[in-house]
Amino acid sequence: MSDQGSQRDPPIRVLLAKPGLDGHDRGIKVIVRALRDAGMEVIYTGLRVTPATIALAAVQEDVDAVGISNLSGAHRTLLPEVARQLEQAGVDLGRVALFGGGTIPPEDHPELLAAGFRAVFGPGTPTTEIVRFLEKEVRS
Amino acid sequence: MKHAPEPPRSSGGRDTTPSGISLKVTYPAEDPRDLPGEFPFTRGIHANMYRGKLWTFRQYAGFGNVEETNRRFRYLLEQGQTGLSVAFDLPTQIGYDSDDSLAGGEVGKVGVPISTLEDMDALLEGIPLEDVSISMTINSTAAMLVAFLVGVARKRGIPPQKLRGTVQNDMLKEFISRRTYRFPVAPSLRLVTDIFEYCQQELPRWNPISVSGYHMREAGSTATQEVAFTLANAIAYLEAARERGMPLESLTRRISFFWNAHNHLLEEIAKFRAARRLWAQIVRERFGVVDPECGRMRFHVQTAGSTLTSQEPENNAVRVTIQALAAVLGGTQSLHTNGIDEALGLPSQASARTALRTQQILAYESGVADVADPLGGAPAVEALTTAVEDEVRKILERIDALGGTLRAVEEGLPQQAIEEEAYRQQKEIESGERNVVGVNCFRDESSGSTEAAAQGVDVALEPKRIETLRKRKAARSKARIASLCARLRADAGENKNVLPALVECGEGGVTIGEMATTLAQVYGEYHE
Repeated sequence: MSDQGSQRDPPIRVLLAKPGLDGHDRGIKVIVRALRDAGMEVIYTGLRVTPATIALAAVQEDVDAVGISNLSGAHRTLLPEVARQLEQAGVDLGRVALFGGGTIPPEDHPELLAAGFRAVFGPGTPTTEIVRFLEKEVRS
Repeated sequence: MKHAPEPPRSSGGRDTTPSGISLKVTYPAEDPRDLPGEFPFTRGIHANMYRGKLWTFRQYAGFGNVEETNRRFRYLLEQGQTGLSVAFDLPTQIGYDSDDSLAGGEVGKVGVPISTLEDMDALLEGIPLEDVSISMTINSTAAMLVAFLVGVARKRGIPPQKLRGTVQNDMLKEFISRRTYRFPVAPSLRLVTDIFEYCQQELPRWNPISVSGYHMREAGSTATQEVAFTLANAIAYLEAARERGMPLESLTRRISFFWNAHNHLLEEIAKFRAARRLWAQIVRERFGVVDPECGRMRFHVQTAGSTLTSQEPENNAVRVTIQALAAVLGGTQSLHTNGIDEALGLPSQASARTALRTQQILAYESGVADVADPLGGAPAVEALTTAVEDEVRKILERIDALGGTLRAVEEGLPQQAIEEEAYRQQKEIESGERNVVGVNCFRDESSGSTEAAAQGVDVALEPKRIETLRKRKAARSKARIASLCARLRADAGENKNVLPALVECGEGGVTIGEMATTLAQVYGEYHE
């Protein structure tokens, strides 16, 4: 049943973005490739995009999930702002899975989860874990 | 003043082992003419290496605000650090004032915010500028920070000629991997060359560039790519200086390099040796500078942040030690050792201390500093050195065939190669082909999450900082600021060296954001 279902399902569409001034893009570029290799459609915004631009892109691209990367320590400001802008743009965070990743200390995870992030992935997370997360969140 | 620990009573380099066996300064390699201090410097740039002078312990630091960073600097100097290394926050690195809306959330996070000459003065409060060498990791806005530093020195009555230190000023690698670009490639290279020229005239003891492979390696490159792409960039800088009509004899003496040190001890040692040999030959063969003094590659090394794990972070102390050992056996002039908590954020004071102690243990206990190039002549090390050299030459030939470094960077050749390599490494880690102890093998399933307490930055600092800066800006004469910016714009438009105008701007209260905006009006801005 689930096998047949997933064959008919269109590919999962994911927007990946880096807000703020952070230039550490090794991680997000690896995720772009890993998700594409897993059969997903990935849109990557590139560097230095504002939260408002990210929200606009999420609406225009009609994505199933939005992933935000930050390794500059600005996550407590920028990530909740992305969640706010998405909601303001009419994105239902119950339908679109918002997730984050980067050098984000575990003690900061609860406030990001409270702001609307479904998961925050730390350094060293296997890409397969993120693929599994997206399949579960988007397909269920 | 806190109690400073007692300095060591004996120096790092000794001439006997603990058993009383005498140690020579160096031992012959296969070819007895191949000696430390001799062209092409494979075995090191000095004949007696660390017996003469230990490497500089230079820990990169900066966070929060100028006061907190100044306290960390003084702490590190009290603890036996021998040079300063300033980390600036991203708005400063890209040319935005702390109160710019694009700076939101980034102020004081990865470094210290510096928007004005007053900030720079407060950052260096109580630091004797004539005695301590200062390294500044700054690129797009390097010219502004040099201008601020010159302004602070003058204000204190110190002739700028006495300033010692380094400004990173390596824009090409920003486009390749580090990504704090602001202006397009050609004007960026112009600014790099302006700094060369200004330093040659006004700051003769200053290193006007640190050509950096570090960030390419962090982004995923291999050791050979790190050396090849960095040397290709260095070649482009020398070509730009030659076009400007600068004498390369003096510039090459002041060029420094910045390498990464990874876990593979033997390949890393070979990398440092091969890099020196290649550079000495490039300076002589490509640029016709025959004085061997000019081909001595001096470099700084930082251990590899990207090899540190958030899982079982205490294991990172061992990784840092191996990497630091590679740097010392490879003959570095200066070293930063990472804190064990850097996979998660900024190092706490305790882990910053352990990181510094790691260098001190290598210098004062391990004995590796007693002999110059102690591994020279070892068949594996010599063979690997030659193999790295050959591999690098192949990449350099490909770049030449493409039409040179600028063309390669504009076409994204290094960027693409590094990205491919990063993905390959990730797949190897996930498949178990590449071992990461405590992560994909020997993992303790029972241990909880990390104990490392990386330091966070107080979120209240940013609004406070913005308020102070706004008040300070409002107190200035608008007409005066406008006329200073007009001169800067005119100089940039006429392709004059912008440093004199920038120094005048800094002294007149113009902020880094205003300077960058003014230059962007002439140069344009780079977008990927």
